[in-house]
Amino acid sequence: MAGKALKRMVKLDVNGTCYERELEPRDLLVHVLRDELGLTGTHIGCDTSQCGACTVLVDGEAVKSCTMLAVQAEGCSVTTVEGLGKMGALHPIQEGFWEEHGLQCGFCTPGVMMAAVGLLAQYREPTEEQIREGLEGVMCRCTGYQNIVRAVANAAERIKATESAEIQAAVAHVGERS
Amino acid sequence: MIPSAFDYRRASSVEEALSLLQSTEDAKFVAGGHSLLPLMKMRFASPGMLIDIRSIQELQSIRRDGNRVVIGALCTHRHIANDETIVQALPALAEAAGRVGDLQVRNRGTIGGNLAHADPASDLPALALLYGATIHAEGPDGPEDYPVEEFFLGPMTTALRPTQLLRSVSFPVPDRGSEVYEKFAHPASGYAVVGVAAWVATDAGGIIQDIRVALNGVGYCAYRATSVEQALFGREATEELLEKASHLATEEVEVLEDVFASENYRRHVAAVFTRRAIRRALDKATR
Repeated sequence: MAGKALKRMVKLDVNGTCYERELEPRDLLVHVLRDELGLTGTHIGCDTSQCGACTVLVDGEAVKSCTMLAVQAEGCSVTTVEGLGKMGALHPIQEGFWEEHGLQCGFCTPGVMMAAVGLLAQYREPTEEQIREGLEGVMCRCTGYQNIVRAVANAAERIKATESAEIQAAVAHVGERS
Repeated sequence: MIPSAFDYRRASSVEEALSLLQSTEDAKFVAGGHSLLPLMKMRFASPGMLIDIRSIQELQSIRRDGNRVVIGALCTHRHIANDETIVQALPALAEAAGRVGDLQVRNRGTIGGNLAHADPASDLPALALLYGATIHAEGPDGPEDYPVEEFFLGPMTTALRPTQLLRSVSFPVPDRGSEVYEKFAHPASGYAVVGVAAWVATDAGGIIQDIRVALNGVGYCAYRATSVEQALFGREATEELLEKASHLATEEVEVLEDVFASENYRRHVAAVFTRRAIRRALDKATR
């Protein structure tokens, strides 16, 4: 079957931007992110859905993008590491990794951070066990995971602190009005 | 690794999925894709068309129906592991679903895909055998039910016909006893090197009134270890007897061998995990 004949326009929502590309059904999400959209923060490690370096969020859930077709992501909202934060306005997970030195070579880091964000969406105040279990699907050959676990715990605290500050601000705002 | 070229369609109903399946010779259904896509990437499978059934609403629910729990084919492992009905009624299934692969895999992988794929090392076939589940399929000639004992035929082979869609699985809820799942997972893939599901019911004196033991990862497909069951049925599970009975876990099968686990090693791990599973089920039962 000629691949060319199977090409079709596919709309992808990645990091809040809508992209339209002519793709084949067999194009894997990770290849499209990297090669078509230039989002090379998502890495390819094992390419066999084991190492987790290619983890992105699809509708808020951590997914290995080497084991998903780009066409399957049509209609979903995809978040890659580029969508987390910016220099000067880092995402809490990026702050956590910075603060706790959650990386060494950095190759696995984007995937680990995306898995961690998926995990933090599930558990607001994760225990160490929940963090370790949530990181089962990402492999790091440098750190021995200790600092990664600390980084995720650090991020959880940051998110909680931000939320309670927001609640306090909202309460104060309501107080001012009354 | 890139799969060979194929066409891709989405179906929004069971009827549409079945008619698309009939329209092409070598079409396959895909939902989470976590069994099929790895095979396609390695070119062990090269379907001409993938029919994406993931958005079919009616296959996404879990419901209690009398003394059974009916689980839609598209329920993900994560959904099953965290669903309150399943945690209460089928605790070993929830436990096993929560240990499939890893977080990312559980987010995508579905029970229907898992059972239809019938990987010898995947977890849920053993749970289907443990509970005596029924697989509900739909085809051009209408619905067809498969008792689990007749469903798994061999590695990656089931009784499901090429024209059928697996739409749901129903599990009878045990009215007594307690059950667990123990697993020795491959550290990278999360697949079971050995998985053991055990259900035990005892009387007040600790005599085993009923027992079921099912293994995956060990043989060419998941199986009931009937020799273990028979060795323990009607008796009190002393440590000595349990130790002896557990060694019968691989009695009826040809034990798999791969780079990670030799046949002897796997046989040994199967005995150890069978003992652990039954012991934990017994401890749970007497609590």
